[in-house]
Amino acid sequence: MRELLLGRLGWDAIPWHEPILLGTFIGVALGGVALLAVITYFKFWGPLWRDWITSIDHKKIGIMYVILGLVMLLRGFSDAVMMRAQQAMSFGDSAGFLPPHHYDQVFTAHGVIMIFFVAMPLVTGLMNFVVPLQIGARDVAFPFLNNFSFWMTASGAALVMMSLFVGEFARTGWLAYPPLSGIAFSPDVGVDYYIWSLQIAGVGTLLSGINLIVTIVKMRAPGMSLMKMPVFTWTALCTNVLIVAAFPVLTAVLALLSLDRYAGTNFFTNTLGGNAMMYVNLIWIWGHPEVYILILPAFGVFSEIVATFAGKRLFGYASMVYATVVITILSYLVWLHHFFTMGSGASVNSFFGITTMIISIPTGAKIFNWLFTMYHGRIRFELPMMWTIGFICTFTIGGMTGVLLAVPPADFVLHNSLFLVAHFHNVIIGGVVFGMFAGITYWFPKAFGFRLDPFWGKCTFWLWLVGFWIAFTPLYVLGLMGVTRRLSHFDDPSLQIWFQIAAFGAALIFLGISCFIVQIIVSIRRRAQLRDVTGDPWDGRTLEWSTSSPPPPYNFAFTPIVHDNDAWTDMKNNHYVRPAEGFIAIHMPKNTGAGFVIAMLSAACGFALIWHMWLPAAAAFAALLIAIIVHTFNYNRDYHVPAAEVLRVEHARTLSLSGHV
Amino acid sequence: MSEAPAMPRYYLTTEHHPENGTLLGFWLYLMSDCLVFACLFAVYAVLGRHYAGGPTGAQLFDLPVVAVNTSLLLLSSITYGFAMLAMNGNRLRETLLWLALTGALGAGFIGLELREFAHLVAEGAGPQRSAFLSSFFTLVGTHGLHVSFGILWLATLMVQLARHGLTAANRRRVMCLSMFWHFLDVVWIGVFTVVYLLGVLP
Repeated sequence: MRELLLGRLGWDAIPWHEPILLGTFIGVALGGVALLAVITYFKFWGPLWRDWITSIDHKKIGIMYVILGLVMLLRGFSDAVMMRAQQAMSFGDSAGFLPPHHYDQVFTAHGVIMIFFVAMPLVTGLMNFVVPLQIGARDVAFPFLNNFSFWMTASGAALVMMSLFVGEFARTGWLAYPPLSGIAFSPDVGVDYYIWSLQIAGVGTLLSGINLIVTIVKMRAPGMSLMKMPVFTWTALCTNVLIVAAFPVLTAVLALLSLDRYAGTNFFTNTLGGNAMMYVNLIWIWGHPEVYILILPAFGVFSEIVATFAGKRLFGYASMVYATVVITILSYLVWLHHFFTMGSGASVNSFFGITTMIISIPTGAKIFNWLFTMYHGRIRFELPMMWTIGFICTFTIGGMTGVLLAVPPADFVLHNSLFLVAHFHNVIIGGVVFGMFAGITYWFPKAFGFRLDPFWGKCTFWLWLVGFWIAFTPLYVLGLMGVTRRLSHFDDPSLQIWFQIAAFGAALIFLGISCFIVQIIVSIRRRAQLRDVTGDPWDGRTLEWSTSSPPPPYNFAFTPIVHDNDAWTDMKNNHYVRPAEGFIAIHMPKNTGAGFVIAMLSAACGFALIWHMWLPAAAAFAALLIAIIVHTFNYNRDYHVPAAEVLRVEHARTLSLSGHV
Repeated sequence: MSEAPAMPRYYLTTEHHPENGTLLGFWLYLMSDCLVFACLFAVYAVLGRHYAGGPTGAQLFDLPVVAVNTSLLLLSSITYGFAMLAMNGNRLRETLLWLALTGALGAGFIGLELREFAHLVAEGAGPQRSAFLSSFFTLVGTHGLHVSFGILWLATLMVQLARHGLTAANRRRVMCLSMFWHFLDVVWIGVFTVVYLLGVLP
């Protein structure tokens, strides 16, 4: 009976003997208690539940995604600092401070968290916040699903965090290749934490992908044909197509791995006909599109920013769109370059090497489009623009090392080396992370009504940029010298200096992240001076800048009509007059707690399955089904914002606009 | 401020009603589900002859039973079609009747499939025996799981139809379930061909 209720969960699951983990746990517990106390003391529970947790407003959900991504960035970066410190000191007789058992969990958790729970939430959050505003819609197509998707992602993140203090995380690397991740070689709970956190978060990602595709296809403002869509919306569309076409593969392959682990099947085992390389193929058929899922929205962000801060229409709009679509398609034809060493033969390797190199052509076209947009523009070097230029310089070099790795013979030498690690950090930090910082800085005033403090922002930017190059150039060098990845100890003392330089770079990035936190605090304190009354702080070009900052819940009092690519610039040039009367009631979706409840039940079910607690798992699953069915009996999902309320909100804005001028 | 003209250039003065996106969204979901099946088919294609010294498809499959099973599922698609016709003619009772028949045929299909599975396991040909059997049980079982959820959905929807009648929201749901049901039928055609018909070939 105890077996059925608690499975393999016991007091020994808590890492009492790991001082680092215990200290972190005590810190997190104290911080958590303090946070709960503050919420209770200021009576925030009600507003938190009504205005945020149950909110189906795409703007609030977008903000929650970004907050989740930034919080998880702190966790993922702590892992990075521990790895850099370990590798800088663990030479010869010194074993460093992380035993291999712990070190392997750290690098696995770092990769999983940075991709699934930092980059994905940041990208999804930006798309959620910006896309409906850019296309002149009131919300996404399925507002309830949007809330549910967010809470599924958050539940997945919660499971990963739980693995830090209850049990352990996978020691397999971020893609959990079998047979190492099979039950024979990883009998403990680590891989199960990995599987269930990704499966639960994956449901959220897939549904939010479907949601945004339908939003973009069906809900554009009148006049906005596909070739009049802002480029960020285009990249969001392509990214979500990739999500819908790639994430089911991840779901399927992880399900097969869990069958191997839970039911004793033989998909990826060494015995009875299993084939581990099938896992590697399948997971990269998801994994390669995944990197484009992350980078395409960043390209969109840069396109918006370059046009805005150069004060010019984007150069080569059509070629930008075609390049995005071509990348979308090609991203499915390159997966095998992640394992040229599998031994599939010269012809297969050549095919995948060539398709990989071809991707650099549309990407290069994009780079030239951004440069030509800046050419003859009156560039304003505001923060988002600095991130953009930092991106162009950094990402181009990362792209070139990528083309180098695409050459199969070179890859045979560099496979699994630190050169590879340096390459993908070069494109992911230089591309996605810089893009997300650029996007957050750019749209922050739209979300909160005040700009971010530029001084601390510049500190953040320079520390990140310089820190990145100091941290990863040594890894390129080490990789060329043949050092492989994921090592926790080295014998050759001549390598140590490079790891020490890399650790110094990580320290600079640490300062950069600290400056970002300071920037947010300083900006909140100085919000009166940084206030954006106009709704258009950067002289923007697209529809989101035509409404107030922050926008009202219904986004636009009247649905805009679009005549040009840069719809808002067109309106400004043609002396658009903001309507001040004649408002009508606005049809809006209602908040609901169902998404939160269902997601929490999923997390509970996942936790029970990880620990083989069969009875609680069955109970949670039954409750999950019942909660879904009960939700479908709710037919009362929308309401009307009365015209008088719209008039009140819009009148307040008229007053504040005239007070500003 | 000058008097606004009757049709302002930059905004709509009436409410904007975008087309309902539910059916497109559901189509996209179905296509994502189709990719899950595509993976399982691919895995079966790779592992389907890895018997590891165990029994083969030719030794295990009982084609007459599978033929009955297939006809049950195909018939259930036809009855669902009649339910749709009844719904379009606004005949609620008839719709419910056809839906009930569809559910019964689906349940018959699941019953026969479970019987087949139990039989295989009893023979020592369970999913753990070989990679072939792992991929067989997973592909066929995933389809069966989908049909089972379809039946649960069908039952829920019948309660909702009985309660609220053929409202716009309910019609939309009946249409979504219809796509789901026919989609599972199409997948079954693939399973029947690839797993059973090709599987009994030497």
